Amino acid sequence: MPQLAKKPTRAVALGRLLERWLPQIVVSPLFAASLVFVYGFIAWTVYISFTRSGVLPNYTLAGLLQYERLWATPRWYVALRNLFVFTGLFVAGCMAIGILLAILLDQRIRIEGVIRNIYLYPMALSFIVTGTAWKWILNPTLGIEKFVQGLGFPDFSFDWLIDPNMAIYTVVIAGVWQSSGYVMALFLAGLRSVDDEIIRAAAIDGAGPVRTYASIVLPMIRPVFLSSIIVLSHIAIKSYDLVVALTGGGPGYATDLPATFMYAFAFQRSELGVAAASAVMMLVTVMAIIIPYLYSELRGARK
Amino acid sequence: MSREGIVERRGAGHFLLRMLLFAVLGLFCLLYLMPLVVMISTSLKSLEEIRTGSFISLPKEVTFDAWGKAWDTACVGVRCTGLEPYMWNSVLMVVPAVFISTLLGAINGYALTKWRFRGANTIFALMLFGAFIPFQIVLLPMARTLGYFGLAGTTSGLILVHTVYGLAFTTLFFRNFFVSVSDGIVQAAKIDGAGFFPIFFKLMLPMAVPTIVVTVIWQFTQIWNDFLFGIAFTVGDSNPVTVALNNIVATSTGVKEYNVDMAAAIIAGLPTLFVYVLAGNYFVRGLSAGAVKG
Repeated sequence: MPQLAKKPTRAVALGRLLERWLPQIVVSPLFAASLVFVYGFIAWTVYISFTRSGVLPNYTLAGLLQYERLWATPRWYVALRNLFVFTGLFVAGCMAIGILLAILLDQRIRIEGVIRNIYLYPMALSFIVTGTAWKWILNPTLGIEKFVQGLGFPDFSFDWLIDPNMAIYTVVIAGVWQSSGYVMALFLAGLRSVDDEIIRAAAIDGAGPVRTYASIVLPMIRPVFLSSIIVLSHIAIKSYDLVVALTGGGPGYATDLPATFMYAFAFQRSELGVAAASAVMMLVTVMAIIIPYLYSELRGARK
Repeated sequence: MSREGIVERRGAGHFLLRMLLFAVLGLFCLLYLMPLVVMISTSLKSLEEIRTGSFISLPKEVTFDAWGKAWDTACVGVRCTGLEPYMWNSVLMVVPAVFISTLLGAINGYALTKWRFRGANTIFALMLFGAFIPFQIVLLPMARTLGYFGLAGTTSGLILVHTVYGLAFTTLFFRNFFVSVSDGIVQAAKIDGAGFFPIFFKLMLPMAVPTIVVTVIWQFTQIWNDFLFGIAFTVGDSNPVTVALNNIVATSTGVKEYNVDMAAAIIAGLPTLFVYVLAGNYFVRGLSAGAVKG
């Protein structure tokens, strides 16, 4: 009998112990998955980038060989140049249009909800879908070119999509069209958080609409500028599908970005080492932008 | 109390400014809607009309041939099956991936905030980092790993990938919500003898319904629209619909059928567009949470 009585208590104790550690037990496999699939895989890729890997992975260390090869590849410089052009114009375009639309929508418009949804719907679509649409609109023979010629300008020519020097700007056009509504939404939310009294006081003091926004309201929502620019740069650096759908990286590799470069070297040309090295360069770029930002965000949240 | 708009003044100047405001807003509405209108109208034209007319004109004769072709006979690479089988691939991928990643994110966010243990914040910060990496950095190891476990080119493999890399975002959404829930409720339930899972399922999940909706919509849109993982980890008939669409458009044999391309693009975009029309506000909330402004 005493033995029988003892067993349940041990089970209860075990149950209590389990219950006490349950949160940790639940979190740890998820955390472990993140350690393996994020940090482990990053370490793996970094390791590959320091090896001789070519068509097949080869785990003999080779120092900076792959990085030297990467930086000796002309195509990589094209990708980098495109990244700067694309990121700069994409961020600037989205910010300019997004802020303008947010301020205009902030003027007590009755059908604001409808208009906002129209500005934002492209964000719900895949870049492959919108890229397909823009490819057709920008089609050198049947698209905008033909339309403008039909308006009475027979010499009008618009062939950016197949012009190696201009094709990257078509990617900018489609990208800005797709993502500027996002900036509008972020800024509209920011503008709504500004106290009405401040705006009214400015109006009473005789500040015109432009001055009120430029020197009073917008400076108050400075954090929104920061997070919008960070998010947009992040989208730009990761951009892959838009380029694939719109230009396929072409003509030739004129519209390559690091993301398409990496994919081409990893899965089409089977240069695993160079591909890994380019992926590491991408990660370093993103980290340089994101880590200071995340650090300040998380520190701010803990206060 | 409503805000006095800046342009809200009296007189003729006010009226003119107001007109200008609406003109600019309307112009941008047209710019944003133009590609969608062009897609729909092109998909309803015959090839003959596309070749002779302008891309922006509305169809003179409406025909649904292109839609039928995009759905079941258009050539995706060498297989001429239309988009239909690939739509099903995407559905079979997106439903489990959204469900699993949302549920795990909810449990994770709850455990990290309502059962604060040592290191919980560090674990969260470390996991959050996964939401921001460029996925190119994991493509090669992931391809190897999927191959090793026999998951290469399968829908299950793709579900695993989307679940793992979606977890950072779903955890973020739920953590931000549960942080705002009073600890007192959980304490009271604990004193009443309720454990970890009963509190989660009976108390926390019902409170988190709006966050669940935001997360499900976010994950659905992200995973449905994904292209990179789809093209890297699937082959031929296991492709998700985004990859199949790209293959239809890129197929260079024969006459270029722009009407079929457009119909296929609309079909591939319809599910996320539908969700957006139904629940746009939740989508917007996901977008702003994605900017890590909790």
